Amino acid sequence: MTHDAHDHEEGATRRKVLECMTWAGTGVLWTLAGGIPRSTGLIGEAKADESKAFSFLQLSDSHIGFDKPANPNANGTLTEAITKVNALPAKPSFMIHTGDISHLSKPAEFDTADQIIGQSRLDVHYVPGEHDVLDDDRKIYLDRYGKGAKGAGWYSFDAGGAHFVGLVNVVDLKGGGMGNLGADQLAWLQADLAARTASTPIVVFAHIPLWTIYADWGWGTQDSEQALGMLKKFGSVTVLNGHIHQVMQKVEGNVAFHTARSTAFPQPAPGTAPSPGPMKVEDSKLRTVLGIRQVNFVPGAERLAVIDTPLAG
Amino acid sequence: MTFVFNCARAALIVAALMGASAVRAADMPVSIDNFVFTPAETQVSVGTTVIWTNNDDIPHTVVDADHKYKSSALDTGDKFSHTFTEPGTYEYFCSLHPHMTGKIIVK
Repeated sequence: MTHDAHDHEEGATRRKVLECMTWAGTGVLWTLAGGIPRSTGLIGEAKADESKAFSFLQLSDSHIGFDKPANPNANGTLTEAITKVNALPAKPSFMIHTGDISHLSKPAEFDTADQIIGQSRLDVHYVPGEHDVLDDDRKIYLDRYGKGAKGAGWYSFDAGGAHFVGLVNVVDLKGGGMGNLGADQLAWLQADLAARTASTPIVVFAHIPLWTIYADWGWGTQDSEQALGMLKKFGSVTVLNGHIHQVMQKVEGNVAFHTARSTAFPQPAPGTAPSPGPMKVEDSKLRTVLGIRQVNFVPGAERLAVIDTPLAG
Repeated sequence: MTFVFNCARAALIVAALMGASAVRAADMPVSIDNFVFTPAETQVSVGTTVIWTNNDDIPHTVVDADHKYKSSALDTGDKFSHTFTEPGTYEYFCSLHPHMTGKIIVK
């Protein structure tokens, strides 16, 4: 009994620590060693070991078609993001886009996004946001980005020694709930992961955060616990999400969770505004709250450096 | 006689139309502001048309929990209406932001 009580106490303490999310400041370089992030300094000062680094980029929440006061020119800021990508000293291997490519799932919006993002000349692996699947059968998204994908657009691939899994948690949402993976996708994930050894670094990406950041605003995924349970055997798991238009990070065991900035408009920190809607900031501040993310991975070292860079500032 | 009969019938029709007009339920507006349906719960009489208006900068939808009706995506300023012809309690939500829920009680 004493032993149980001790375990419980220790567990509770650990949970409490884990509940304290790390609020990342602009331009901080986080180095992941064995799943534990260390802040190593400011962008521009810190140097990741790039000698053998395999790197990829994350773009999120482009919202092409959005024209409200929070950013009347979402095309322009996405173009600036791609300009930043093209200026990187080491060319990334590919890009992932964690959804809300478009604002209203219109073919013309996807056309514009493809045209701008295409200027990077990088392969792009997409997962949809809820704004990308507004048509009933999700055909517009799937015809364009879903080739070879399963179900509503989930898939996996291998690159640079790591296994990448793109998940869809924005369809078949239930009233009163949050994001949703669903039984079919979870069964597919189980089979997909079963074929990987525990030492394979895993990168999971999806639109809505796979951990509960703020349930009152629906910032979480209803059945993500089941997916995370399947990931427990792996020594290095990195989860990359979008949706909340701000950088947030959390580490739990060997799993590091990160949400990315949008290229279109910022959203408020949890609970700090009446709603999670677009946040209007001073025009001169807008580019300091939009940005891109680079992830460096050194094979063998199980080290990922997650670098969030704003468009300006 | 024919004239009188026709007049009487016309008067009846007019009376019937006026009667129908008199009992027609008023429309019920529901606004969507700050990711909230307002009012979140409302009681209406049978025949009421509920009209939702999205005032947010983000699109929303109105989807019946039992899938009896659903709107397409409502952009800023867009409206969706549904007429409730049977008594009952109808729960609905936004399929894009499912933490947004509402309820229409039809009596």
